[in-house]
Amino acid sequence: MNLETIVKELNLDVRCAPENLTNNVTGGYTGDLLSDVIANSREGYIWITRQVHQNIVAVASLKDHAGIILINSCQPTKETLEKANQEKIPIMVSDLPAFELTGKIYNLLGKKDYTKLF
Amino acid sequence: MKITVSSTENNLYQDSFAIEGGNFNKAGIVSTRIKSILKQMGLAAEVVRKCAIVCYESEINVVSYARKGVVNLTVNSETVLIEVVDEGPGIPNIDEAMQQGYSTADHKIREMGFGAGMGLHNIKSYSDEFHISSEVGKGARLLMTITINNIEKK
Amino acid sequence: MKLSEVKNILNADVIVGEEHLDLEVKTAFGADLMSDVLAFAKAGSLLLTGLTNSQVIRTANILDIAAIILVRGKKPSTETINLAKELKIPLLTTKYILFETAGRLYAKGIVGCLEKVENNSVLD
Repeated sequence: MNLETIVKELNLDVRCAPENLTNNVTGGYTGDLLSDVIANSREGYIWITRQVHQNIVAVASLKDHAGIILINSCQPTKETLEKANQEKIPIMVSDLPAFELTGKIYNLLGKKDYTKLF
Repeated sequence: MKITVSSTENNLYQDSFAIEGGNFNKAGIVSTRIKSILKQMGLAAEVVRKCAIVCYESEINVVSYARKGVVNLTVNSETVLIEVVDEGPGIPNIDEAMQQGYSTADHKIREMGFGAGMGLHNIKSYSDEFHISSEVGKGARLLMTITINNIEKK
Repeated sequence: MKLSEVKNILNADVIVGEEHLDLEVKTAFGADLMSDVLAFAKAGSLLLTGLTNSQVIRTANILDIAAIILVRGKKPSTETINLAKELKIPLLTTKYILFETAGRLYAKGIVGCLEKVENNSVLD
């Protein structure tokens, strides 16, 4: 499934790099501790977080995430958007809390064994 | 502006609790205790919750940044007053510190899940009245007032 | 649903609170940042988190959280376990990541909670 589908299904607000909504989404990761996200997320994942500072772009870029979704209408900083545009990482905003958003996306993507990766 | 706590005669409960700076093992003990006291007094659940949260966020701040602190709890028929005074570096720029996301937390604090820079904002949000003052090199003082609508009679 | 069903859905281990598996839960909140939990989580909710330090137990106590689910197979410290026992807060652990844990629970009808603070909305 590509990002575009998720954006449409969940009515997400796309804040940058819209040309990369064609990115294929292979799974998802929800978390706010950067070291945890770096250690455990995978390429192609959509990253769900409340962190808005520019470090999230570095992490998403490092891990080749499909994109970042901010929860609770958290707004990315100006620096974050600039960096994300440069790195071609779509950042989207949802008004939903993490649990709800994660629940919807997990079920949209369909069953997958995430535990095999550890 | 000096904020004075109401006189002893009107108070239903008054006590002070020490906070040890830097001791994350004990962090939260005072808040848990205060929550228990307020619950036993029969205060409405929502009032107890607000008090517990402002107390906890304040306590974590003291443990995170100060050498030591004290929580002065005063309950009268109308309000719960939670005053938190600490001895520590103080806050150089209060407006900045009140901003959501502003944090001076170190790595150790962040790894514990704190340091998102929401503490003071949360405290203010949950309080009906909020006062904060500080002197750099001495410490900080927070005074939170939570209104009691009615005390459930036991 | 009962906490026992949550345990089954997540193939979780119960570390503290075998005696509380009859607890009813309807909502869940997932977060790794304590301030988020303090600002948003509802009383009686499940807390899904990767944080294993004892402060998670304190936070749960402050907020009257129904039970804590540690995700990604994280093991709590002895201190955390003892505090959970002392404050009577059920503590479970699941091998699933937060993403999958939330996904599985959501599919079975658990919903998110969003409690706006009364005086000032923290979402402003």
